[in-house]
Amino acid sequence: MNPVQNFEIFAPKLVDKKEYLSAGHRACQGCGEVLALRHILKALGDDIVVANATGCMEIISSGYPQSAWEVPYVHVAFENAAAVGSGVEAALKALRRKGRIADRDVKTIAVAGDGGTCDIGLQALSGAMERGHDMIFFCLDNEAYMNTGIQRSSATPFMAATTTSPAGHAIPGQRTQKKNVPEIMVAHKVPYVATACPSYPLDLINKVKKAKAVKGPAYVHVFSMCPTGWRCASEITIKMGRLAVETGIFPLYEVENGKYRLTMEVPEKLRPVKDYLAPQGRYRHLGPSDIEKIQEHVLREWEILLNKVECMQPW
Amino acid sequence: MGKRVGMEVAIAAVEAVALCNIDVAAVYPITPQSHIAEHMADVIHDGRIDSEFITVESEHSAISACAGASAAGARAYTATSSQGLMLMHEILPIVSAMRLPICMANANRAVSGPLNIWNDHTDIMPQRDSGWISLFTENGQEVIDLSIMSFKIAEDPEVMLPCVVNIDGFQLTHMIEPLELPSKAEVAKFLPPRKPFASLHPDDPISMGCFAMPDTYTETVMAKEAALRNSKKVITRVFGDWAKRFGRKYSVVETYKAKDADTLMLTMGSMGETAATAVDEMRKAGQKVGLVKLRLWRPFPVEELKAAIQGCKTLIVMDRALSTGGAGGPVATDVKSILYGDKKKPRVLNVIAGLGGRDLTVNDFVAMFDMAKKKKDETFEIYGVRE
Repeated sequence: MNPVQNFEIFAPKLVDKKEYLSAGHRACQGCGEVLALRHILKALGDDIVVANATGCMEIISSGYPQSAWEVPYVHVAFENAAAVGSGVEAALKALRRKGRIADRDVKTIAVAGDGGTCDIGLQALSGAMERGHDMIFFCLDNEAYMNTGIQRSSATPFMAATTTSPAGHAIPGQRTQKKNVPEIMVAHKVPYVATACPSYPLDLINKVKKAKAVKGPAYVHVFSMCPTGWRCASEITIKMGRLAVETGIFPLYEVENGKYRLTMEVPEKLRPVKDYLAPQGRYRHLGPSDIEKIQEHVLREWEILLNKVECMQPW
Repeated sequence: MGKRVGMEVAIAAVEAVALCNIDVAAVYPITPQSHIAEHMADVIHDGRIDSEFITVESEHSAISACAGASAAGARAYTATSSQGLMLMHEILPIVSAMRLPICMANANRAVSGPLNIWNDHTDIMPQRDSGWISLFTENGQEVIDLSIMSFKIAEDPEVMLPCVVNIDGFQLTHMIEPLELPSKAEVAKFLPPRKPFASLHPDDPISMGCFAMPDTYTETVMAKEAALRNSKKVITRVFGDWAKRFGRKYSVVETYKAKDADTLMLTMGSMGETAATAVDEMRKAGQKVGLVKLRLWRPFPVEELKAAIQGCKTLIVMDRALSTGGAGGPVATDVKSILYGDKKKPRVLNVIAGLGGRDLTVNDFVAMFDMAKKKKDETFEIYGVRE
């Protein structure tokens, strides 16, 4: 049963009604990541194989003897989703050529969290993208190691409190700025790179379809709201995603063959970051000057992005 | 009988695998390196075989890519050595638990530190408990034969486990030997394309690599243990099939002049041939010595080994690795523990030798036999340590 009321009327052609990730999985209340995954799978359809890194999406969906996956799914370890995906892609190619599997396109998908992408999985990701496998890599970024108890990653934003970047008296939270992995992927000359957020489901779905249409590697970095780790109310998940985009903290854009394009409405003035920071416990230690620092950084990054949109030429 | 040609053993390993209709090979040139990866590249780039070739960015990704490929139904192959095998370590037990029949060549080399690229068995020993079938080779012909047989063993529906063929680094990998390769047609009859029990494809969606809670983890360990133990039966059967088709006989434990020997030496890998020459010389001098060679390291061939050493008074177990701070070398500690409950058992001495490429000559083996005669207790000895 589809939980969305009047679904048949307002979106029959936009979103696949079929569910590829069954209900009954163990995700937290208000999990933005599993929502993103659900939309991604709807956009991809049946003909895929998923290689998943260890992490939230793996543990909530694949506890033996149950599995939420209606599509072929493999999990091996934490840092190697891209490498496992490389092997799957190579195997599908070879077996199809040799007539041992059906003669049709099956897309290889790799899914990892921000730890499995930006930290421990970065080497395998770089290798797979450089080799040009026909594979989409999805980073479902909830900005910390949520599965293991909210430890900081290189995707954790500046000053956010986690269990390994606590808001101490001497050091108030995360000391570093978020690593820009989409930019690293653009530097790999990946033909399609995009950022997305499940608060904008149609934008997310469009990007997934575009990524699927690419013959070769594609990378989609998905902002995945995490009420558990961000210490916010679970019913404001969607709002948190929209606030992240509207404040410019997580802008939505895509990069096709090196050409940047914003896929969000460009406001005359971005919303102040405090609107986004205030509902989250991970930022509760911030004073006005801290918020100012974050605001300045967000505006600077936004300018840089606008410059890229304006100046970067396609390859 | 085919024609014997002079060939480097690492090259021969690839030529053997090239006969096996592999679908995916993933390799990385970690130091130390053998010629396996580059010759595999030659074979595939020249279009001699139809296989995907993934030049991964690390050994960790080499085994991970093989895992993905094997899970998708491909016959997957990789080769490694020393530090590379150590980097693969995390993934090895996952692959065996997932019952993926990946085959791998390991050019046995010493593990850092200090960095040392030469032969010993310190790389494979930390992988001992990973659930892989582990075979040892003594010469180039065995490398060819066992490389081909490894696929047949690994993919058997009763086994479905990964298999590593150990090839002593330099001592074997870089030697040029007169070797005979079977024909492609003969191998095709012996080894048809892989038919996976289950694989990743949307035509039949399955989930692989699910996690296990405490209520099922023990059962998965037991299932792997049962499969690995059971594989010995299949290994013996495949050896028999090979002997019938290709004329070369193999067994999980081999013996040389062992029947009436008072003192036996147990070796693994390439040192067996040198030790056999030492046995010949000592026999000429009237000494009742013999040799037992362990071909199958995992699963450990308990019954076959006990039968092979029956009646001997002293057993010298050679180890090319040391369990630092432990009871001795890994082979010896296994041998001692399987004999512990037996009423009639030989005195077991353990000699650790040939570490990090230290040469072992015929004279060295004679000296070790002599040393065993004089030794009073059963503590292990590291042979040839310079003061």
